[in-house]
Amino acid sequence: MSGHSSYEPKTGIERWLDSRLPIVRFAFDTALDFPTPKNLNYWWTFGGILALMLAIQLVTGIVLAMHYVPHVDHAFASVERIMRDVNYGWLIRYMHANGASMFFLAVYLHIIRNLYYGSYKAPREVLWILGCLIYLAMMATAFIGYVLPWGQMSFHGAVVITNLFGALPIIGEPITTWLWGGFAVDNPTLNRFFSLHYLLPFVIAGLVILHIWALHVPGNNNPTGVNVKSTSDTVPFHPYYTVKDGFAIAVFLLLYASFVFYNPNVLGHADNYVPANPLVTPSHIVPEWYFLPFYAILRAVPDKLGGVLLMFGAIATLFVLPWLDTSKVRSMRYRPQAKLYFWIFILAALVLGFCGAKLPDDPVIGSPSGLMLLDADINSFVWLSRLATLYFFAYFWVILPVLGLTETPLPVPESISEPVLSHPASTPAGGVASPEKRG
Amino acid sequence: MADTVVGATPDPHAPGDDPSRRDFIHIAAGAAAAGAVVGLAWPLIDQMNPAGDTLALASIEFDLSKVAEGQQVVLKWRGKPLFVRKRTPVEIAAAVKDDHAQLRDPATDESRHKAGKPEWLVLVGTCTHLGCVPTFGGGDYGGWFCPCHGSHYDTSGRIRKGPAPKNLVVPDWAFLSDTQIKIG
Repeated sequence: MSGHSSYEPKTGIERWLDSRLPIVRFAFDTALDFPTPKNLNYWWTFGGILALMLAIQLVTGIVLAMHYVPHVDHAFASVERIMRDVNYGWLIRYMHANGASMFFLAVYLHIIRNLYYGSYKAPREVLWILGCLIYLAMMATAFIGYVLPWGQMSFHGAVVITNLFGALPIIGEPITTWLWGGFAVDNPTLNRFFSLHYLLPFVIAGLVILHIWALHVPGNNNPTGVNVKSTSDTVPFHPYYTVKDGFAIAVFLLLYASFVFYNPNVLGHADNYVPANPLVTPSHIVPEWYFLPFYAILRAVPDKLGGVLLMFGAIATLFVLPWLDTSKVRSMRYRPQAKLYFWIFILAALVLGFCGAKLPDDPVIGSPSGLMLLDADINSFVWLSRLATLYFFAYFWVILPVLGLTETPLPVPESISEPVLSHPASTPAGGVASPEKRG
Repeated sequence: MADTVVGATPDPHAPGDDPSRRDFIHIAAGAAAAGAVVGLAWPLIDQMNPAGDTLALASIEFDLSKVAEGQQVVLKWRGKPLFVRKRTPVEIAAAVKDDHAQLRDPATDESRHKAGKPEWLVLVGTCTHLGCVPTFGGGDYGGWFCPCHGSHYDTSGRIRKGPAPKNLVVPDWAFLSDTQIKIG
């Protein structure tokens, strides 16, 4: 992308084009010849998987828009028509609906990879922030898209989420009215959501281009977290990582296909096959699985504004993470204490997701304990959510800042090649300092 | 303009000679452009606010004789549900008794119904938390219970427990006759 390009046009046409628009050179340098750390593991394959998922969502979405009708009287029926009458409409819709879930699954694994290997640290802060913006745009797109079928969950999900903005003092009500285009979620709301649902994926595509640009300036992080020191630390992206990514994509597509073909509705809600009725809210309203942790944080707070602020605060926290983590060591391979707190964090996020799917007042184990703490029984999902929410924020705002100062990291290898070359099995003169522990 | 540059005398208006005049042009042009952007942005923002036909909201009339004591009827009004509830004497008594209880959004029961007609309660049926429709008769206080996030309302529609900040809203309504009411 910058500096020395090893691209050599081979034909006259390529030479002619290269001196006018060096697009082939750009593609060659970016996607084929790009020097990539030679020790990337499978956690680094989700970037490629995500690019593919975005492409699938764009293609299937554009096709669905050819058959969908964004009107409160026709939306639900037009989706049913896609399912029953449009040729392969069922396949395209199931690909799109489950594609969203797969997209989020991949993005969560991609984010977890970042957290573990410290990829957000200098000099990759802008890369990380662009990733956070992509995640935010994905959430907006997914929420808006879920409203379009105009089922019961679509409608009441839209009511709840747009009402979040109503929690803001003074400007809350004008903003919700403005978002709705009326005094309730209604046809104007559906119309604009359709327009935005078509727009936002292209915004995401633009952010992805910036994300890749920002990646190619410092280059990839790697499992050791050590900077690339020489060309012996890297291999060209093609064929090494095109093949590795290709294999990971194939495996990922198997999982995706198993949902599309064998259990296409397991991640959805039966209530969304009931047409929207503004007069009756489903007895148990829950968002899609990928929003559950945030939903649990929202419900953990017994105050409307507080819950909304904390929920958005959870996302905002991600943006400032590069400045919260004070440790100079990127990879948690060399941070034994941080590693422990990291896994508890993953557990807390999963617990939040679990709580988000449950009724707040239901007991976690057995029957209620009868012990009330403040407003709820201590054996309830609302208290479990509060515990996990506390840890979620403590991890970013207390543990990571403090741990970077107090923790003694394990010795970090000199270079990416070192831990491999100084491995006792391959180096007879193993006396060289190599305290790095494997596994 | 050509006649002003005749002769060998230095041009007093040459670029750079009069920075204040040049600055003025820059600032004026910038301000005009910014004004134009704001002027164009407002229509693009305001188009999302309720349109004229949406604002022309009709009021509705309702015949109370359809509601039996202890029942509630749900009407659709301005895109939202509207609760018309005929309370039992027990429910009214419970609401009046709690007038001086610890209330998050203090209001007497009397202020929430028409004088002399305590049995009729007309409320906008959306939870003041995040807009779900509370279920009739549920919760710890026998009024309504919101299934979404667990807000409990009493038999006067006042918030008693859970995340909602306000009581269920009493819309503008009036009796046209003993059994006919008009909302809005």
